[in-house]
Amino acid sequence: MKMVTAVIRPEMFDSVRAALEADGIYGMTVSEVMGRGAQKGIALRFRGKVMPVELIPKVKIEMVVPAADVDKVVRIVLENCRTGRPGDGRIFVLPVESICRVRTGQIDQADP
Amino acid sequence: MIDTGATAFILICTAMVMLMTPGVGLFYGGLVRRKNFISMLALAFIAFALVSIQWVVCGYSLAFGTDINGLIGGLEYAFLQGVGMEGDGIPDLLFMAFQMVFAGLTLAIVTSGVAERIKISSFVVFGLLWTTLVYDPLAHWAWGGGWAAQLGALDFAGGTVVHISSGFSALALALVIGKRLGFGSHGMEPNNIPMVLLGGALLWFGWFGFNAGSALTADGLAANAFVATNIAAAAGALSWLCAAWVRGRPGSIGIISGAIAGLVAITPAAGFVTPMAAIPIGAAAGLVCYGALFFRVKRGLDESLDAWAIHGMGGIFGALATGVFAVAAIGGVDGLLYGNPGQFLIQLVDVAVVVAYSFGATYIIAKVVDAVMGLRVTEEEEYVGLDIAQHGESVRV
Repeated sequence: MKMVTAVIRPEMFDSVRAALEADGIYGMTVSEVMGRGAQKGIALRFRGKVMPVELIPKVKIEMVVPAADVDKVVRIVLENCRTGRPGDGRIFVLPVESICRVRTGQIDQADP
Repeated sequence: MIDTGATAFILICTAMVMLMTPGVGLFYGGLVRRKNFISMLALAFIAFALVSIQWVVCGYSLAFGTDINGLIGGLEYAFLQGVGMEGDGIPDLLFMAFQMVFAGLTLAIVTSGVAERIKISSFVVFGLLWTTLVYDPLAHWAWGGGWAAQLGALDFAGGTVVHISSGFSALALALVIGKRLGFGSHGMEPNNIPMVLLGGALLWFGWFGFNAGSALTADGLAANAFVATNIAAAAGALSWLCAAWVRGRPGSIGIISGAIAGLVAITPAAGFVTPMAAIPIGAAAGLVCYGALFFRVKRGLDESLDAWAIHGMGGIFGALATGVFAVAAIGGVDGLLYGNPGQFLIQLVDVAVVVAYSFGATYIIAKVVDAVMGLRVTEEEEYVGLDIAQHGESVRV
């Protein structure tokens, strides 16, 4: 199993969720976060002065999916969240050791 | 002679109407995305402050000075010359202040059309031009002895002056400034619905001062207006609730929007119709405005917070309904239902002229301001949100 964490533009969330759902990816944890990337945020020019806006609102989606599905999930996020401009976000893929279902206490071993 | 009872009453009504302006700010602030929440409230305060100064410098005189050809008032009251502590029933100063809070509120309603994308500096310039060139003449026509008053058009508390004018001006402004970035493709859900309801509550409360105070004295007519106002608001809330229920779940924003639709529609009528007539007026206004909102959405118009659907269309309906339901026993004039179809025609003419003038004049003013200094913030500023881009503040901690 892999965890795919996507940090994206908030306004793209509805379309990416719908696209993931259409391809059978239902489980996700979503949070509103603030963040910045290599540009250190945005610098707005106001009357000649530069006003830095360091942290920009983003939405973080965390999904745990079978390793075989990772490419599909990444592709769907890219297709729906890319504008081509700075601030489109990041996708992180992490290994998952095990998953414990709280309702039953059953532990799923990660697949190979 | 000063009537102390009337003076006490109008002083309180003036303060109540003032509270409607931040009420509009909270209502609009809750409806926009969180990054523009402060901006909407700030625009309401800016509108109120701007008009307060403009009104005492020249606005009051343009609206209520000696009539010039039925179109505009003279400048003899500029800088409040001759406006003092004496007056007919209430002090002239108080009458001036009561009219001032109406003018401030009206400009705040217009911000609906430019929500989430207006540059403050341009709004200041636009607001001054708009209140001088659009609001002041309209107030003069209806209340200052202008052509509409001479014709006998009925507008008790501002159905044409405040609501039709702000609604159609918001539409014209929205067409000039253009749609918000991502309108139609990105979700633009309200960020804080309880805040919308709080703003709506302040509006409903302030509206008692707005309509009952328009009797300009503390008498039976004020009581009639007060009761009619509440009944129309309640009927509008319930009719919108039912209409929304038929299509799905009845949202709370719809309920409060229906109440405001009812309040808008009863505004021109409150001192001319019976309280019972407020039931059909309010209920029908809820349905008219609900329909107008769907029309606006279907046409893809980004008149963002529906001042046109609720204030503009509700105002038209209310002005026409006044010509239908007016009865001489209340305000001295009969309407269509009481055998005076001529009154309905007068209302129709008044509405048509006010719609055309407020839309047309606003469109031109907006185009000029846009050409000279640009109405709109840059794309990047719009993306970050006006709270940070224009005010350097944020509701996030």
